[in-house]
Amino acid sequence: MSKKNTAPRLGNASNSIGSLLASLTCILVGLVIGFIALLVLGWITMAQDGNAVSLGQMLQKTWNSGFKAILSGGFYSTANAMGMGVRTEILQAAPLIMTGLSVAFAFKTGLFNIGAAGQYTVGAYFALYAAIVLKLPWWACLIASALGGAIWGAIPGVFKAFLNVNEVITSIMFNWIGLYAVNTLIYQGGTGAMYNTNTTKTYTIKQASPESLLPTFNIQVGGKDYFGAIFLPTIGIFVAIVAAVLIWVVLNKTTFGYELKACGHNKNAAKYAGINDKKNIVLSMTIAGALAGLGAGLFYLSGSKEWEPLVSTALPAAGFNGISVALLASSNPIGCIFSALFIAHITVGGGFMDASIFPSEVSDIISGVVIYLCAFSLLFKSGILKMFQRQGKARKAAPSAEENGKEREA
Amino acid sequence: MADYVIEMLNITKEFPGIKANDNVTLQLKRGEIHALLGENGAGKSTLMSVLFGLYQPEAGTIKKDGQVVEIRNPNDATALHIGMVHQHFKLVECFTVLDNIILGAEPCKGMVVDRASARKRVVELSERYGLKVDPDAKIEDISVGMQQRVEILKMLYRENEILIFDEPTAVLTPQEIDELMDIMRGFKAEGKSILFITHKLAEIKAVADRCSVLRKGKYMGTVEVANTSVEEMSRLMVGRDVQLVSTKEEAKPGDVVLKVENLTVPSKVHKNNAVKSASMEVHAGEIVCLAGIEGNGQTEFVYALTGLEKPSEGKVTMCGQDITKMPIRGRSKLGMSHIPEDRHKHGLVLDYSLENNMVLQRYWDKEFQTCGFIKSRAVRAYSDRLIEQYDVRSGQGSATIARSMSGGNQQKAIVAREIDKDPQLLIAVQPTRGLDVGAIEYIHKQIIAQRDAGKAVLLVSLELDEVMNLSDRILVMYEGEIVGEFDPKTTDVQTLGLYMAGAKRMDKEG
Repeated sequence: MSKKNTAPRLGNASNSIGSLLASLTCILVGLVIGFIALLVLGWITMAQDGNAVSLGQMLQKTWNSGFKAILSGGFYSTANAMGMGVRTEILQAAPLIMTGLSVAFAFKTGLFNIGAAGQYTVGAYFALYAAIVLKLPWWACLIASALGGAIWGAIPGVFKAFLNVNEVITSIMFNWIGLYAVNTLIYQGGTGAMYNTNTTKTYTIKQASPESLLPTFNIQVGGKDYFGAIFLPTIGIFVAIVAAVLIWVVLNKTTFGYELKACGHNKNAAKYAGINDKKNIVLSMTIAGALAGLGAGLFYLSGSKEWEPLVSTALPAAGFNGISVALLASSNPIGCIFSALFIAHITVGGGFMDASIFPSEVSDIISGVVIYLCAFSLLFKSGILKMFQRQGKARKAAPSAEENGKEREA
Repeated sequence: MADYVIEMLNITKEFPGIKANDNVTLQLKRGEIHALLGENGAGKSTLMSVLFGLYQPEAGTIKKDGQVVEIRNPNDATALHIGMVHQHFKLVECFTVLDNIILGAEPCKGMVVDRASARKRVVELSERYGLKVDPDAKIEDISVGMQQRVEILKMLYRENEILIFDEPTAVLTPQEIDELMDIMRGFKAEGKSILFITHKLAEIKAVADRCSVLRKGKYMGTVEVANTSVEEMSRLMVGRDVQLVSTKEEAKPGDVVLKVENLTVPSKVHKNNAVKSASMEVHAGEIVCLAGIEGNGQTEFVYALTGLEKPSEGKVTMCGQDITKMPIRGRSKLGMSHIPEDRHKHGLVLDYSLENNMVLQRYWDKEFQTCGFIKSRAVRAYSDRLIEQYDVRSGQGSATIARSMSGGNQQKAIVAREIDKDPQLLIAVQPTRGLDVGAIEYIHKQIIAQRDAGKAVLLVSLELDEVMNLSDRILVMYEGEIVGEFDPKTTDVQTLGLYMAGAKRMDKEG
C-alpha cells in the first residue's frame, strides 16, 4: 500500500528525457549525414575542376571551410559578416517558432495543421496592410497579422467540425487560395496601394510607416555593441518565446488545454465528458492559425524583406518548416523554441560555407535528414526508454527482491 | 505416468515491471477438458499466448507428446496442431464463412483456390461435429454464436488436436452456451484435448475435467473438478473467500427518476432503427436491468439516454425535466452518471494520467479550477482520495498513465468517478465486463449501495448471472424493442434466454 504513494513521477520524467534524447539523436545522425554529403559533393566539385586531392586533405577541407561554417555560422556576430550570423538566425527563428507552435498546438488537439503556410501568408498580408496602408503602430500590426492567420485557420476548422471534411485537404487548398489571393490583392494589376511599381515589391515599411517596424535591441559585450550600429535584431524572437511559454501554460495548466488535449487523445471520451468537440476543433484551428499569422508578422515587420506578388508562386518555407519544428520538438511548445533555433542555425550556417566548393543547400539536406529521422524518433525513444529500464532494473534488482519479501510477510 | 499431450513446465514470462507468468506449470492430458482459471491479469492469456507462439518465455520448456518443442510463432503452433479461438474473433467480416475457414490454408489447383474440395471438407466437418453453419453466408450477416462456430471450424479444418478456447462464453446466450458445451464434450469424445480459459465457475463445473488456477502470475495448483466445490476454486483464484451471490435488502422504489417514452434511435450500421419505440421507467431506489444479447439496441438506447446520440423520436424525462435534447454536460449536471460500455472508447482518456481521468466529468467544477486554471493540487488530492477509497491499484498512483493500468483497475477508476459524483441516476453498461470475481463482487456492492442510498440505477448487462443477481426488475430487449418485463424472483435464466433470443415475447399491455 505504501508503495503507491511514495512512487515518484519517474515515468513522466524519463519519458520527456527520452523525447529529448531521441531528438538529439536525430540531430546527430543528421549532422553526420550532412558531413558525408559535403565530403562527397565537395570532392566531385574539386575533381571536376581538375584538382586531385587526397581523402585526408578533403576531410580537412570539408571540416574547415564547410562543416565548421555550418556549425558556427549562426554564432557569428555582426562585426565580421555584414549583419549575418546571430541576427539573421534569430530573425529566421522567430517565425519558425511561431509556425512550429501552430502545428504543435493543432497536433495536441489531434489535428494536422498543414495549412500553416497559408495562414502565414494571410498573416503577412494583414501585417503589411496594417503597416503600409493603415500605418498602424507595430503592436497593432502584429495583432492584425494574428487575426489574418486566425481567419485562415478557422475556415478548415469549421469545415472539419461541422462537415467532417478532413482538415489536411482543406488547409492544403487554402494554402494556395491564400497565396494567390494575397498576390492578387497586393498587385491589383499594378495599382495595389502597397505595390511599388519601381521595385515590383511592396513598399518598404521603413519608408511607408517607420513606426510599424518592430523595435530593435542591442546587447553590450565587452563594452561594445554586439550587433554593431546598423543591422539590429528585432524583438520578434522574444515575442515568439513568450508565445511559446503561453501556449505551454494554456495546454498544461488550463481547463481549456485539458479539453483540447482530451479531444486530441480521445474524441469519444471527450464527448462523453460533455466537452464540445466541435467548438474545440474550430478554436484549436483558429489559435493555430493566429500563431502562424503572428509568425509572418514578426518576419515582415522586421523590414528585412518585402512581398513580391509577381514572383511569389511558392508557399513560404516557414509554413512547412513549422511541421519540421513541431516534429523535432515532439509537439512540445518549449521544445519548439530550440528546434526552430536549430533549423535556423544550420540554414544560416549554410550561407557561410565556401560557395565555390560546397553548395549551401547542404543545410537543407541536414535539416531534411533530421526531420526524416524525426519520423523514427518514436523508435529511438522506445529504444532509449528500454535502455533506461534495463539499467534501472539492474540497479533495483536487489532492493525489489526485499520489497517482495516484505509484501508477502504483510 | 499420465499421458500428457502438452506440458508447459516452469514457464516464466516477464513484461517491464511485472512477472506475468512466474514459474507456471500446466499439464494437459490427452482427451481432457482442462480449465484455466484466474482473475484478470492473473496471466492466463499470457500463458496461452506463450503456447500459441505469440510470446517467447524467459524460462521454461514446452513439451508436446513428451518431446521438447520450440514454438516461435503461431505457424509453429499450427504445425503442432495447436489451435486457438480468440476472445475477439479473427474473422474477415466481408468474406464468406468458407473463405474465412480456408484463409491461410487454401487448397489450390495450380493458381486457383480449389473451393469445391474445401467446401466438401467443411460441410463434412460441420456435420460430423454438429456445427451448423452456412458456408456461403458472409460473416457480417451471421450471429456471434455462428461466428464462433466458424472459428471452431477453422481449428478443425487445420486438423488441430489441441484446442484453446479463450473465454468463449462471454458473448453467447444461455442456449448457445449449452450448445457450445455439447460441442466441447463431442471433441473430448473424439480424443481432442481442450484448454478452456474462463472465470465462470459454473461452466468449469459443467464441462471441465481438471482445472488449473493462476493467481497474480503464480501457479496455485490443479484440481479435479468433480471433487472440488465452486467455493474452493474461487478461493484458490482470489486468495480469500468471495461472496458469489450479492445479498441485498428488498428494494424500496421511490419517485420516477428516469422516464423514457417511445424512444426510437436510428442505427449507424444498418438502415433500420436500432431502438424501436421503447418505453420504460426507473424509480429511485431500484435497480432496473436491461438484458439482451449484444447488438440488440441496448448500446444505442443508452447513447440516446446519455446524449451521445440523438433519438429520432420519443421523449426522455429525468427528475421531471425533459432532457431529450439536452447536451451531455447538462445531463451530467442534472445528476446523471454513466459507466460506459466501452471503457477505452468513452470511459477514459488512456493517455491522460489517472488523476486527469478522475476529474474527467468534473474538471470544470469550482473545486478544480479558478478562472480556467486547473488547481492541480486539488485534482491530486481528490484523485488520491478516490484511489484510496475505491482501492484503485496502479503503478504510480495518481500520476499513472491510464493506459498502463489493468482493465479491472481502469474500470474501478471509472466506477469511482461516476459514483463519487453523487448522481441521481446511475447508468451502468456492462460494468463488470471482463473483470474477475473479486472486482465484480466489489462493483456489485457499490451498485447496490447506490440503490440503497435511494439512487435510481439502470444496469445494462449481457451476463444473465449478473442480471439475476442485482436487478429488482428485468427488461429484455430484442431487436430494439422491449419484449418483456420480469421479476427476478419469479423468473429463471432459461425463460430470459428465450425472450433474449426472440423466441417469445410478451404482448404489449394497452
